[in-house]
Amino acid sequence: MTKAAEIDIASVSKIYGQATAVHAISLKIPAGTYCCLLGPSGCGKTSTLRMIAGHETVSDGDIRLGNTVITNLPAARRGTAMMFQSYALFPHLDLIDNVAFSLKMKGVDKDERRRKALDMLRLMQLEAYATRRPAQLSGGQQQRVALARALITDPEALLLDEPLSALDPFLKIRMRAELKRLQTSLGITFVHVTHSQEEAMALADLIVVMNDGRIEQAAAPRVVFERPATAFVARFMGDHNVISGRAATAANGIVTLDVVNGGQFTAQGAPVAAGQPVDIAVRTDRVRIAPTDVPGLGFTGIVSNIEYRGSTVKLSIDGAGVEDFTVILDDTAFFERTTKVGDAVPLSWGAADATVLGRIPK
Amino acid sequence: MATMTSTETDKPQRARSEGFRFPPTFAAYLQALPLFLILGAFLLLPLLLIAVVSFWDYDFAAMYPDFVTFNYTETLGSWVTWQTYLNTLKFAVIVWLITLFVGFWVAYFLAFHVRTSSMQMVLFLICTVPFLTSNIIRMISWIPVLGRNGLVNSALVEAGLVSAPVEWLLYSDFAVVLAMVHLYTLFMVTPIFNTLMRIDRALVEAARDAGASSFQVLINVILPLAKPGMAIGTIFVVTLVMADFSTVQVMSGGQSASVALMMKNQMSLLQYPAAAANAVVLLVLVLMMVAGILRIVDIRKEL
Repeated sequence: MTKAAEIDIASVSKIYGQATAVHAISLKIPAGTYCCLLGPSGCGKTSTLRMIAGHETVSDGDIRLGNTVITNLPAARRGTAMMFQSYALFPHLDLIDNVAFSLKMKGVDKDERRRKALDMLRLMQLEAYATRRPAQLSGGQQQRVALARALITDPEALLLDEPLSALDPFLKIRMRAELKRLQTSLGITFVHVTHSQEEAMALADLIVVMNDGRIEQAAAPRVVFERPATAFVARFMGDHNVISGRAATAANGIVTLDVVNGGQFTAQGAPVAAGQPVDIAVRTDRVRIAPTDVPGLGFTGIVSNIEYRGSTVKLSIDGAGVEDFTVILDDTAFFERTTKVGDAVPLSWGAADATVLGRIPK
Repeated sequence: MATMTSTETDKPQRARSEGFRFPPTFAAYLQALPLFLILGAFLLLPLLLIAVVSFWDYDFAAMYPDFVTFNYTETLGSWVTWQTYLNTLKFAVIVWLITLFVGFWVAYFLAFHVRTSSMQMVLFLICTVPFLTSNIIRMISWIPVLGRNGLVNSALVEAGLVSAPVEWLLYSDFAVVLAMVHLYTLFMVTPIFNTLMRIDRALVEAARDAGASSFQVLINVILPLAKPGMAIGTIFVVTLVMADFSTVQVMSGGQSASVALMMKNQMSLLQYPAAAANAVVLLVLVLMMVAGILRIVDIRKEL
């Protein structure tokens, strides 16, 4: 079953009438990768997945799976299998017939296809329910049936359209682990569309953050989290404060920016011409309540809100032209002092915790 | 303490209000009562009367309350009755097959090929436009089209396709079936359209993803899921055709018979008990057919 294939998307666009859903994106998904397409709704991630699956025509560009150009192949001949958001199980068929559907379409005879389907159900630990209809199953079981039905075609890549969105939070986490385990054991390429950054971080080898039909960043989860490429990625992944301003000076890999009617900050990153708009990201969990030693790596602001979260405490702070600056403090660090809403507190962070964010040309 | 006191003050109040309260099932019966009264007065009571009258005696002028069974033995013992029933069943089967075929494809076109829902609504309303006139007018309007000197015949003659007007166009079984199909197809379109609209489009995509051709999608996914709608449409069409007398009378020119027409003739001869016996037999037959359809297809999920 290990015959994973690389997916190569070369400047693919999707245009619906006047609206462009996907703007000439290019992406290489190495064979055997768990890839998450991540983004808010309407960002083009589902269109991209459906173009790979063959349920949406490609307006421009090419898609390659392994060594085959699949741009114009029908869905069934691409070597991909898709798992639909609502699972799209056939309500009039029992589990065996659901799973055996593609074999029936190929003309495999009845005993053979029932045997194979039963094997697949056994793999998913569903053989006890083989003669039930999908409506008689729980959400998690339906998802496993959908997986079994997709995998029986022996695909080189499995495409999952928000597979966990219909499940309750507890089941979501369990099925997430099951998906990861399945991908590891099968070794095939998984492309998983989601709008949950938590889900993407937990599962993916490769996170592709999309916004407005474009890829903002495609990298390993750790890179996406620690070095977000753009302000959008930093905001979407959370745990970052984005400070926007205009570049003042840039030297030795340090950019200084001025916030309109506010303070001056410095951050590490590629030089930006003076006067250009620039965004920097500051990790929320690396900010300390202490006066800064180095100018540009902190400011003093007024606490506008405090949220207790158990092991951490979240503070929202306004000041120096920055609104709603989030600080995540360790609970012990927070309770060492008494901070109230309305207090002025000095904030500071290390030089490595502030990075310059790029902008993608539109 | 605060909760303690509040529960104690609640108790006597609840006990007092219970005195005025009807048992909970009473409300349910009360809600069902209006429909029961209407159905009872206009359906059950007349049916009961027909069943009672079917056992009465009669002569040329009056009916006599009695308990005789010869209305039934005469009806079922007569070769003419059997022939009429067979003829009616023949119409029912032919009209059912044609309306099912036409109705399914019209519904399929509306549900799967018309893209926008506003266009779907417009086309569906166009389907119902003929219903703005009465059955009889729609039926009679076929006569100038199909008659000896009607539109079709004069066109055929003038085009030189036939030398003499085609006789079987009007006043024939063909004309009866044509008019019935025209009258009843929409009763098939509507429920099938309804079921097709409920089919999740992702199922079609999932089938395609599994390698199904358009024909395989139709056979394996759409047809099985459209069955409840087809069953409801079938019940409509079969009951309408089995009870039809005006279409048969007008379009066959009196050359063909149906059970309802036979009853109408009996009534015009004041043979009400005989007509009543006939009606009971027809009712039992139609109910058996409906029961058969319901056994084959589970329409509960549709209702």
